[in-house]
Amino acid sequence: MMQTVRVQLFARFRDLFGADLIEVKVNAPATVRELRDALVSRNLGPTALLTRSRIAVNNEFAGETTPVSAADEIALIPPVSGG
Amino acid sequence: MIELTRDPIDFQALTERVRRPHCGAVVLFLGTVRDLTGAQVTVALDYEAYPGMAEKKMAEIEADVRRRWPVGEVAMIHRLGHLEVSEISVAAAVSCPHRAQAFEACRHAIDRLKELVPIWKKENWADGTSEWVHPSAESGTRNAE
Repeated sequence: MMQTVRVQLFARFRDLFGADLIEVKVNAPATVRELRDALVSRNLGPTALLTRSRIAVNNEFAGETTPVSAADEIALIPPVSGG
Repeated sequence: MIELTRDPIDFQALTERVRRPHCGAVVLFLGTVRDLTGAQVTVALDYEAYPGMAEKKMAEIEADVRRRWPVGEVAMIHRLGHLEVSEISVAAAVSCPHRAQAFEACRHAIDRLKELVPIWKKENWADGTSEWVHPSAESGTRNAE
């Protein structure tokens, strides 16, 4: 069974996709690792930057085994540069 | 006290805000827009945040600083939007009874902010091009300040 999760985009990713939110189909249930693989395999951006980016689930940096679902607030966090 | 703002940062008001009678030391850090990165000339920066998470991370850093040092008050403000060279992008102010504590606590606050808070800057170079800054491990040193 598949589910559609929504991923918020920022900075270079938002410019690349011309959108601040994308929908990604992943298995249900799925983990952060599976979501990352889905992003890479669908050519959603430069693989090197994707690999260096973190994924946040519900406003917290998530580990690779953290589950993701359609109900979660998910964001792709490229390396930060505030300050 | 933490804040994201699109308005200019009033660092004098911020400094006053952390002063306490029992604190003999106040340390203020200001990050300002620098005109040179290596040989490249910056004319302006654009900052954006993932606001909800940025505020959450800043609040966690504030709590961490309070746990680790005898802080009278700690305040961090990050500005968002378009900033010209020399404008203040970030300010951190900490008061403690003594100066060593205040320096350490303020250093910790700004270091963690730069490491953990989802805020990004876009360089607008003098040649008209622009690029988001996403430091890699290798370029981390060059982009560290």
